[in-house]
Formats: sequence, C-alpha cells, structure tokens
Amino acid sequence: MNWLLVLLGGALGAPLRYLTDRALRRRFGPHFPWGTFAVNVAGCLALGLLTGAAAAGAASSDLRLFVGTGLCGALTTYSTFSYETLRLTEEGAPLLGAANVAGTLAAGIAAAFAGAAAAGALWG
Amino acid sequence: MEARRSRAVNEPVDPDVDPVGPGEGGERDPGAGPPAPPARGEAPVVAAVALGGALGAAARYGASLLWPTPDGAFPWTTLAVNAAGCAVIGAFMVLLSEEWSAHRLVRPFFGTGVLGGFTTFSTYAVDVRQLADAGAGRTALAYLGLTPLVALAAVWTTAVATRRALARGRSARTGGGADGDGDGTGAGARDGEGEAGT
Repeated sequence: MNWLLVLLGGALGAPLRYLTDRALRRRFGPHFPWGTFAVNVAGCLALGLLTGAAAAGAASSDLRLFVGTGLCGALTTYSTFSYETLRLTEEGAPLLGAANVAGTLAAGIAAAFAGAAAAGALWG
Repeated sequence: MEARRSRAVNEPVDPDVDPVGPGEGGERDPGAGPPAPPARGEAPVVAAVALGGALGAAARYGASLLWPTPDGAFPWTTLAVNAAGCAVIGAFMVLLSEEWSAHRLVRPFFGTGVLGGFTTFSTYAVDVRQLADAGAGRTALAYLGLTPLVALAAVWTTAVATRRALARGRSARTGGGADGDGDGTGAGARDGEGEAGT
C-alpha cells in the first residue's frame, strides 16, 4: 500500500513537471530554465505546507507518502536543475547558471518556510 | 556531432532536461511551434515520463527505508540520492546527445522520469527548514551548502569524464590507434633486431 501511494504520486508528479516545463518553455523561451525553477519552488511550498500540516496532526501518513514522497518528490528535481546549470555554464552563460542556483535555492527555501508558516496559521 | 545533437534536440516532444543554452534554443523552437500537431506523439511521452517518475520515486522511497535519517540528523540519504541522480544524468545526457541515437522515449523515460523522480528538491528544502526549526542550525547550513556543491560537482565530473571517454574511443578508432601501434612495432622490431644480432 505504501509503495503504491509513492508510485502513484511519482506517476503524477513527473508528468506534471514535464508539462509545466513545456508550457513555460513555450511562453518564456529556452534561455533560462523557468520550468524547472517553477516546479521546484511550487513543490517546496506544497511539501512545506504538507509537513506543517502533518506536524499539526492534520495530514495522515498515507497523504504524506502520496503527496509528499511521491508527488512533490517527483515534481521537483535536483538532477535536471544541476544539468541545466551545467549547460548554462558550458554554453557561455555562467552568470545565468549562478543565478539559477542562487535563485532556485533562495526561492525554494523561502517557499518551504512559507508553506510551513501557512500550515501553522491554518492548523497550528 | 552537431548533426547528432540537433537531431536529438529537434524532436517535437522535449523532456525538461533539454539543453537550455542560449545557442540551442533557436533551432529547436520551430519544431515546437504551433504548426506541429501536438496530440500525435504526446501521449506516449507523457506515459513514459509517468512510468519513469513512479519508478524513480519508488527507488528514492526504498533508499529512505533502507537508510532512514533520524530526526535532527544530517540527511545523508537524500544527499546521496541527489548526488547519484546528478552523476547519472551527466553521463546519460552526454551519451544521448553526442553518441547514442536512442529511441525517442528513452530520454523522457529515463532522464525526465526516472532521474527526475529519483532526485528531489522539495525534500531537500523542507529538510533544511526542519533542521533549522529544530535548533540544528549548523547542520541545516551544512546541508544547504553541501548539496548543491556535491550535485554540481557530480554532474560536471560525469559529463566531462564521459566526453573524454567518447573522445578517446573515437581517436582509438581513427588516428589514435595507429599511433600506439607504431610505437609498439617500432620497439618490438628494434628488440628483435638486437636479439637476432646476438
């Protein structure tokens, strides 16, 4: 059952990342990996919210496995983030690469804090 | 090499691990533009990403069960998972773009799905927050800084190593191999001559 929840969450999260990336790539162009940035920040916000809800006893362990480990885990990615940073640097845009790292880290951590704070306000 | 790369890149259904460098976007855009019928090839790609994502997430879950991280401890398991995923994607993408003309679903399945689902940014960020919240500020900072360093070092190392290995393989097949042969026969011939003389 636990494995099934993680598998299902992963089967939703990864295509959601793929489709978001495609949509943002079409809209904003390929010069900066906005898609990966967006899913990573959104996933941090959602997981922060879920973890905060769980700490307040408002989220079951099943929900944490499905939405947390499966969906948010597969929606967000470190491998693509790193690879895209490497590509930016190799293609002669090291400043964009550095901005990708700094921006993703700052926004992702801030989103995790914001999600937890929102959970505290809702269920705390 | 350029021909191989642009063939891979021009597929109308690019996973999110596409090269995003300024030089490459222009040649890919026409393929992804409105005239392309999006419905035809789309469903198998999304399905491949979903299947890969499910497997990658399950593998990460398995790792967390095998090597659980106690509350307040440094999340070595997530760090190792992310580092491993970054190391593999560096080699995989170089192989795919420079050497290997793979089936069009290989990249969505393995790169976007499996590796993207295996590695995680959300758990990393939320663990940083939880460590900071639990009063383990130093551990939080160490984890915050170490993960991107290890991840970038991993992807860079494997990408460079794979490119070098491919270049060595190519030169061995063409000019490089003859060079080694020449040395060997030269030395052998000289030795043989010496022996014959004595």
